[in-house]
Amino acid sequence: MRSRILMLLGAAIFFMTFSTSAMASDLDSFKGEKGEIKIAGGTAHIPVMKEAARRIMTLSPDVQISIAGGGSGVGIKQAGEGLVDIGNSGKKPSEDEISRYGLHLFQWAIDGVAVIVNPANKVRALTQQQVADIYTGKISNWKDVGGVDKQINLYTRDEASGTREVFWNQALKKGEIAANANFSVSNGAMKAAISQDPFAIGYVSVGHIDESVAAVAFDGVIPSRETVKEGKYSIARGLYSCTKGAPAGLTKKFLEYLFTEEGQQIVVEQGFIAVK
Amino acid sequence: MTAGSERVVERLFFAAAFVSAFVTVFIFGFLVYYGLPLFSGGRFIEILSSPWAPHQGSFGIYPMIVGTLAISMLAMVFAFPLSMGCAILISVVSRGRLSKVIRKVVEAMTGIPTVVYGFVGIFLLIPLVRNVFDAGSGMCVLSASLMLAVLVSPTMILFFCDSFDRVPRSYGHAVLALGGTRIQQFLHVTLPCSWPGIVVAVTLALGRAVGDTLIALMIAGNAVQVPGSVFDSARTLTSHIALVFAADNESLEFKAIFACGVSLYLFTTILVLIIRLAVHERGKCGQVR
Repeated sequence: MRSRILMLLGAAIFFMTFSTSAMASDLDSFKGEKGEIKIAGGTAHIPVMKEAARRIMTLSPDVQISIAGGGSGVGIKQAGEGLVDIGNSGKKPSEDEISRYGLHLFQWAIDGVAVIVNPANKVRALTQQQVADIYTGKISNWKDVGGVDKQINLYTRDEASGTREVFWNQALKKGEIAANANFSVSNGAMKAAISQDPFAIGYVSVGHIDESVAAVAFDGVIPSRETVKEGKYSIARGLYSCTKGAPAGLTKKFLEYLFTEEGQQIVVEQGFIAVK
Repeated sequence: MTAGSERVVERLFFAAAFVSAFVTVFIFGFLVYYGLPLFSGGRFIEILSSPWAPHQGSFGIYPMIVGTLAISMLAMVFAFPLSMGCAILISVVSRGRLSKVIRKVVEAMTGIPTVVYGFVGIFLLIPLVRNVFDAGSGMCVLSASLMLAVLVSPTMILFFCDSFDRVPRSYGHAVLALGGTRIQQFLHVTLPCSWPGIVVAVTLALGRAVGDTLIALMIAGNAVQVPGSVFDSARTLTSHIALVFAADNESLEFKAIFACGVSLYLFTTILVLIIRLAVHERGKCGQVR
């Protein structure tokens, strides 16, 4: 009986060593590490952050990584004020913010911002002019853009959103957004709202698109990883992580991990475009 | 207990009371101090009455004030009859097992976090409102106030029940002895005698409805406009603070949210004062009629 247990134990130890060495990878630097990394900010970044954190924490259970949303504005602010170790932003922080807080920027992915509608909606293509007119309220019925005779329900994001800023700059050409637009607080909340509302229009990070919503071709180009990568799809931006001063310790390792082959693979798996 | 230890306990209680009172005053001072640039030169009224259009340099919070009032008042309109009916069922009509079960359920409801109500609202209430009324996205004043009504009702129900139960039994027995019905007993004795308790319950519930952030943030749609009907999307002061809080610290947008804070503070204070006065006016149990 005892020998059997010993054998099992031996097998287990062998398997564990074997499996870890098989994973000999970009995660190695986290082995035996302990500590905490606090991350907040851009909500487009969250899927990648979560997956990276999951892998790191599986390997080194003593590392605690907490990931919060809040929007790009929150990411820049909290990183700058030292409340979090890494602040994510879906837009480049302003020169003023960079110098005021002493921010260091790390752009580890490229992302598109896509116009989305409910899958039940038959409208699948809009021009830049139509999108801008819909958002100012000039076009307020789906029948004017080839859909059913129903009022268009507008969804936008709050002022802190990097996704909003990119969309506003590049899709709306800094045009007005009608006052009756609903506000969602994250990419996830936007997706949930659009998937529930058959007459909605909104916009999310390309990495967040799945079957619960339908992406709309913008000026004839369907937003996807490929079209963003080739530069055909014009509404794109970098995904940044910011630290106050040069990163050190665990934070540095985390950021380095995002740029490794494995980290960039996570980026691609989550629907974004790798930078390496 | 010795006199010495009694004094220690007394000091502790005094300290607790002092700290909580001081914190309240301190917060108000803090809000006013940071909002000062906005209040000077009569601009406070302008902020209270103008629209929010940061790109045009207008940082008014009028739409949010209207949104807050509309949503919280409508919530009270739904919640008050609901709570009153439920409390009457628990404390007056049925005094058996059913009443105990309902009471336990209501007590359990007070502990449900608002974010849960928010989720239920997004996935159940909003599609319902959209389909039934065929108006807009379903994210509107009506949806938010219905959900808020569910949120504040348990508090009101329990307070109502407690104040009904506190009315001395002998009063009620007197009515019954005179040949009155249970309903007459309730309407002419229990209800007038529990008036102060009812007012406190309404104050607390209204305060909670005005102060709640998540439900309005998740359900009301957050559009920056003065809602024209209950089917319009609206933004409350609390959601506005939550949404703008993330903006750059140095921006005027950020500074304007202190005006929201002050308005919320003043609003609830005035509310409490009005209700206190109302209680005074009505007098106490025993002096009625």
